[in-house]
Amino acid sequence: MSGHSGESFAELPVAPKPPLRRFHQARWDEPIIFEQSRPGRRGIAVPAAGVPAVELPESVRRAEPPKLPEMAQLHVLRHYVRLSQENLGVDQAIAVGQGTCTMKYSPKVNDRFVNDPKVAELHPLQPDDTVQGVLEVYWRLERMLAEISGMNRVSLQPASGSAAIYANIAMIRAYHASRGEGRQRDQVITTMFSHPSNAACAKTAGYEVITLMPDENGHPDIEALRAAVGPRTAALMITNPEDTGIFNPRIEEFVSLVHEAGGLACYDQANANGLLGITRAADAGFDLCHFNLHKTFSTPHACGGPAAGACGVSEALAPFLPGPTVEFDGSGYRLDNGRPQSVGKMRPFLGVTPNVVRAYAWVMALGAEGLREVAETAVLNNNYLMHKILRIPGASAHWDGGRVEQVRYSWQGLFEETGVHSEEIGVRAADFGVHYWTSHHPYLVPEPFTLEPTESYSQEDLDEYAAILAHVADEARRDPEHVRGAPYNQTVHKIDQTSLDDPKQWSPSWRAYTRKHLA
Amino acid sequence: MTVDRPARPATPRPPAAPAASATSPAPPAASVPPGGGDLVVGLIVNPVAGIGGPAGLKGSDGPDVQREALARGASLRAGDRAAQAVRTLLARRPGTRIRTLAGPMGEHSARAAGADPELLRLLPGDPSSPRDTTAAVAAMKDVDLLLFAGGDGTARDVLDGSPSCPVLGVPAGVKVYSGCFALSPATAGAAAAEFGGETAEAEVVDLDEEAYRRGRVGPRLYGTLRVPAARTRLSGRKVGSSSAAPGSAEGIAREVVARMRPGARYVLGPGATTMAVGRRLGLATTLLGVDVVQDGELVAADVTERQLADLVDGRESHAVVSVIGGQGFVLGRGNQQISPAVLKKIMASGGLVVLATQQKLAGLGGRPLLADTGDPQADALVGGHVSVITGYRESAMYRIRSAIEEFSA
Repeated sequence: MSGHSGESFAELPVAPKPPLRRFHQARWDEPIIFEQSRPGRRGIAVPAAGVPAVELPESVRRAEPPKLPEMAQLHVLRHYVRLSQENLGVDQAIAVGQGTCTMKYSPKVNDRFVNDPKVAELHPLQPDDTVQGVLEVYWRLERMLAEISGMNRVSLQPASGSAAIYANIAMIRAYHASRGEGRQRDQVITTMFSHPSNAACAKTAGYEVITLMPDENGHPDIEALRAAVGPRTAALMITNPEDTGIFNPRIEEFVSLVHEAGGLACYDQANANGLLGITRAADAGFDLCHFNLHKTFSTPHACGGPAAGACGVSEALAPFLPGPTVEFDGSGYRLDNGRPQSVGKMRPFLGVTPNVVRAYAWVMALGAEGLREVAETAVLNNNYLMHKILRIPGASAHWDGGRVEQVRYSWQGLFEETGVHSEEIGVRAADFGVHYWTSHHPYLVPEPFTLEPTESYSQEDLDEYAAILAHVADEARRDPEHVRGAPYNQTVHKIDQTSLDDPKQWSPSWRAYTRKHLA
Repeated sequence: MTVDRPARPATPRPPAAPAASATSPAPPAASVPPGGGDLVVGLIVNPVAGIGGPAGLKGSDGPDVQREALARGASLRAGDRAAQAVRTLLARRPGTRIRTLAGPMGEHSARAAGADPELLRLLPGDPSSPRDTTAAVAAMKDVDLLLFAGGDGTARDVLDGSPSCPVLGVPAGVKVYSGCFALSPATAGAAAAEFGGETAEAEVVDLDEEAYRRGRVGPRLYGTLRVPAARTRLSGRKVGSSSAAPGSAEGIAREVVARMRPGARYVLGPGATTMAVGRRLGLATTLLGVDVVQDGELVAADVTERQLADLVDGRESHAVVSVIGGQGFVLGRGNQQISPAVLKKIMASGGLVVLATQQKLAGLGGRPLLADTGDPQADALVGGHVSVITGYRESAMYRIRSAIEEFSA
């Protein structure tokens, strides 16, 4: 044996690990599960038990069975394990690189509650008196979120953050219409660095959108708000801290100005990781707010849905909440469908129950002090990471001053020096087993990257992440072509994204893929 | 079946550069090879660009200033900056062929960047002059993209040469306010390498250097050039998007037209975005002139100050202007026809509407829009905040000040 030619994993004592992980992602060339289907293959076919088969009425019976893949249990398991190995996520990577999305840890114990047959086997059409337990979970989580936000009532029906924002603008529209001002109030004001779903939902609801630009300090210009509000103002829809991570110190004045003009103030608290137990939307005067349970309350993002959003409203807006609402009369829980001013349903049935259960379990596990500790840790982690990132030559954060729970950074300096783009830095960082993200609209910060550590990550995690970025930035200086050629240790190389932008090509389902590409 | 695809350069990226005016769809140049194919890039360097800057001369236009700069110890930097751009271009798209002029107007930079350029049969003067730039642009045939290194003055010379292909400026001048420039040489090289044929219109503006030396700052619009489109970044996104970048000139024009009131007159200032308003109305408005429209009809094109004063007299009138250059001027630069007297009439009967993309506003870095009609009283009429139309059913409320106030503060 030549002895020292390979890596010395077999020698004892085990050699110290190098500063950066020698990561290599799995590459399985795994076919789509439908392509692996063979007629007649089955997992476990459970024999008939004592429960008599229910005769379905003819009207709901399928003429032919669904075209599901037919596979043995082992191969199903292997398929999904392989896919999980070709992935980067919170469960195996340091996922601080998804600022504004917020990738925090989803405690596994909460999945046990969700997988309990009492939750997993609920049917949405069961009578109220057979689902008192889950209605109680909804009711109690609503009351807890009302306490956390200071709001009067909360709806847990929306299946995503943007659906919650849309529910809020729908309530705003219904509120003004109920006062005979629906036509007159046709403008919504937002800020450049509020999450873009605010402007998008307002536009979708038919409003004209007025945007306030940042001033020299990165704060939205309050004088511009003063000039923008008036009899046409329906609402201010604002994120705070904004996607830059900067907290608007004059937020109460913003709310007052809108109220004086007869408009409503709506707070995007999708990501409340820096705020839990520290500030409350109602205390700043807001009429509406929303949380993303998957950004703040630890539930999974679920890859585009179903996630879960929660809308909080003041007493004046409560009649407009999506329905049905869960009501408690002191002895039992029931669904109230008879609410004439409700904006209606945001999705079928109650909401995304598994995520409501997880969020409930998370809040119950932490308690009030725990929630505040979450916020304090998230802010501390963010500022620690910022301190380390800003010491990397070529990295910057546009405006001075403190940040709350995330920062939108810029590699402009590095790019001008090396010609290496921010996303190329991110792709190279994936060679070290971490995820990284640039920015969504607005594309104002040049060569952006947005990091948000939340409370989930340890100091060692943050040190490792910063060391990876420092290393890649250094590589960009020494050998830009090497960075540009990345990834080297990943499942896939460069991805051609044109299929994501072309309706003729994109295929969100096997059926669509078959129709568009295999026909 | 494999999930992988043949490796190829990432999706065309924005030049991140042209802080350009609104993008507008232009027919893609069919000759441009997609992705990684061989590109033919023209290169023109204005060797003396930028020498007046470090020497404190606020520009480099004219042989006297250039001599003075050299006497003050200035060095020629434009060639180095062009080489930097070409180096980035070749690194990112190695098959690229460079076509340029012999000597310091391109060959030296191309060779310094490791290229073996094809040379045009055109001998520039020594020292070279604006005429050499214009002649070189006219002689640049069958290239996919023309890179030029210089400043706003060079951009004007390029414009005068009527380029037959899209162009992109490598910033090397003292004054770089035009939208046809990339942010830096490396950005220009990267944008050139990623060019896939889509273009946008960018404005060429320049300062009157004589006035600038006397302390009066303000650009004038000279025309527009086609530049590689600043496409919205596609990678790193969270959701797919099939729509165009927000805030296109067409979206802005649609909103302006939707807001037009019957019987009211609209004074359209110069610029590509106001031109799009005319296009939306189906009217032959002018790029550089001031035009007046009413009820979907062109009342008068390219009017003088005196004509305008009559046209807005005694009726509801609105001024529709775009932001000229990177300093935020909306009145008093390139649209002097909207004089203090005209502005007073407009503000008494209608109002001021400013057109700009959100990107352009953001490019001001929080600084206000500027009015400088020459009459502080007239400027004060528009002072405060103004509605800036940024797209269809989209606007921003933005600060506007009198330039005198801003620069004396």
